[in-house]
Amino acid sequence: MSLIQKLLGASAALALSAGAALAEPALIYDLGGKFDKSFNEAAFNGAERWAKETGGTYREIELQSEAQREQALRRFAEAGANPVVTTGFAIASAMEEVAKDYPDTKFVNIDGWLPEIPANVQLIAFQEHQGSYLVGMMAAMATKTNTVGFIGGMGVPLIRHFGCGFAQGAKAVNADINIVANMTGTTPTAWNDPVKGSELAKAQISQGADVIYAAAGGTGVGVLQTAADEGILSIGVDSNQNHLHSGKVLTSMLKRVDVAVYNAMTAGEGLETGGMTVLGLADDGVGVAMDEHNAALVTAEMTAAVEAARAQIIAGDLNVVSYYENDSCPAIQF
Amino acid sequence: MEFLTIIQVLDSTMRLATPLLLACLAGLYSERAGIFDIGLEGKMLAAALFSAAVAFATGNVWLGMLAGIGASLALSLIHGVASITFRGNQLISGVAINFLASGLTVLIAQDWFAQGGRTPSLSGAARFEPVTLPGALTRVRDIAEAGPVMQIYSELISGHTIVVYLSLLLVPLTWWALFRTRFGLRLRAVGENPAAVDTAGISVVRLRFAAVMICGILCGIAGAYLATALQAQFVKEMTAGRGFIALAALIFAKWRPWHALWACLLFGLLQAIAVRFQSFDIAGVTIPVQFMEALPYILTVVILAGFVGKAIPPRAGGEPYVKER
Repeated sequence: MSLIQKLLGASAALALSAGAALAEPALIYDLGGKFDKSFNEAAFNGAERWAKETGGTYREIELQSEAQREQALRRFAEAGANPVVTTGFAIASAMEEVAKDYPDTKFVNIDGWLPEIPANVQLIAFQEHQGSYLVGMMAAMATKTNTVGFIGGMGVPLIRHFGCGFAQGAKAVNADINIVANMTGTTPTAWNDPVKGSELAKAQISQGADVIYAAAGGTGVGVLQTAADEGILSIGVDSNQNHLHSGKVLTSMLKRVDVAVYNAMTAGEGLETGGMTVLGLADDGVGVAMDEHNAALVTAEMTAAVEAARAQIIAGDLNVVSYYENDSCPAIQF
Repeated sequence: MEFLTIIQVLDSTMRLATPLLLACLAGLYSERAGIFDIGLEGKMLAAALFSAAVAFATGNVWLGMLAGIGASLALSLIHGVASITFRGNQLISGVAINFLASGLTVLIAQDWFAQGGRTPSLSGAARFEPVTLPGALTRVRDIAEAGPVMQIYSELISGHTIVVYLSLLLVPLTWWALFRTRFGLRLRAVGENPAAVDTAGISVVRLRFAAVMICGILCGIAGAYLATALQAQFVKEMTAGRGFIALAALIFAKWRPWHALWACLLFGLLQAIAVRFQSFDIAGVTIPVQFMEALPYILTVVILAGFVGKAIPPRAGGEPYVKER
């Protein structure tokens, strides 16, 4: 009964708010799902922060299949939502199409890439390789078996970009370190298959890995679980995942999707579009998570090394090679 | 390739094949009785949610498994009522169950725990721990240094959860029940020629319901295994197509219990290889991981096309039974 009341209430609220004069922003989550404890959840947190601070409301949808991308974009644009914020690289091409038909609506995409950016589209990219470099250094300092692991989601350039930075960081600490890398799959289910994440983690542990970095959305939950069960360390991604298994997650590579979403929503209709924003270490767009859950695991030596590398990268003295530069990685083969 | 690596891949095969085997045997009972069931996926998913949720709430994994079986039985009952009592289309009913489970599980989990459609992590007695057989080694490093026989014993035979051993026991049990008991004979007959069974004065409806309920129990165990043994929580869509691979295994096994075991182990092995080796070299040719993942389906199509023997489903499968008037 209460459930039906809630549903009715929600639809009534939607119907009422549709008549509001001020344009609401909209947020479209990628296939990993809104509560993936990682990438999409970070976007949700940013939107929630905006809503709490401004008292505004926003529309949102969790995509269930590939086919819904264009439909969802059109629905929001048609309903007058502005700006429409989307997460995940896969929606970018659909957005390019839709943006042409709604020149007055502003579109934002996180992680996407387009050869030509339409005037009403803003792309936001993160220097994930820089953040991954730092956690790679920490992994190499924490390992006792001289072997670290990387588990990616889909085998796509974006994820290799993560892995590449991680490998470079690990090799910077110890040039002879052994890096085991695996991708979960090639279909969108790769973002949400914790069982397979577990199996991959077990396979890497049996190959000697004792610190595993998971850049795999919801699949990473399984990796972190298995790592905690088997008594080795793991590294979370996107959101701060240190609390998931307190004292067993070495750190998390933060990707401040929440900040990007918050900024886009705050700018509202006045959002600057037609280009690409790149957020790196210098803008606090990426970073490493330090809190009470991993304090016992992080040594003073690690903190010092990470801080030094961070300063060097920001100053431009240390160049972390991006996988995108020539679609290959100097530190690891995928 | 090292000996230990092979053992580790086989160990992973056992873990990955178990949910397939349980779901495959579930489908076997149902389809042998003439009720096609493509809702295995949905039933496993519902069982995964309820087993994890109840295990978390009570702290007892066995109560969780019971709840999972209960949820799966409820969906089985819907399937039975729709396709046996009301003589509806069995495929459509199965699809409906899959959709129902896919949506409802997330909705219920969200309403219950408010953690975005997942359940909290389980620990201690709320999940199945690996069983260590007497004398077996548990630490990876000790196993690596042990002799080959000890490696096989410690890595491959010991260290699985109780559900894995249970599912292996179910294979001979299913064979015995289907081919050596009166119930099994009648169950197979009702899938081949229900009119003959009816003429003999045996209730077709009751037999088919019994088969569908057994299917529900086995799917329930499979779902509970996913959420409380392989993983320590329910995550949305966590079955990730395993119900459909189990169906493929069932066809591959031509609806026979022992063959189902081999088919599931083969499909599990393919998954384990795909997990362990991203690309696989055989005689200088590199086989991409995508091919390994697609192989179960390719093999099934090959079987269905009649290249390797012939897969003939139970004759009355998919047909609702209408008594002659």
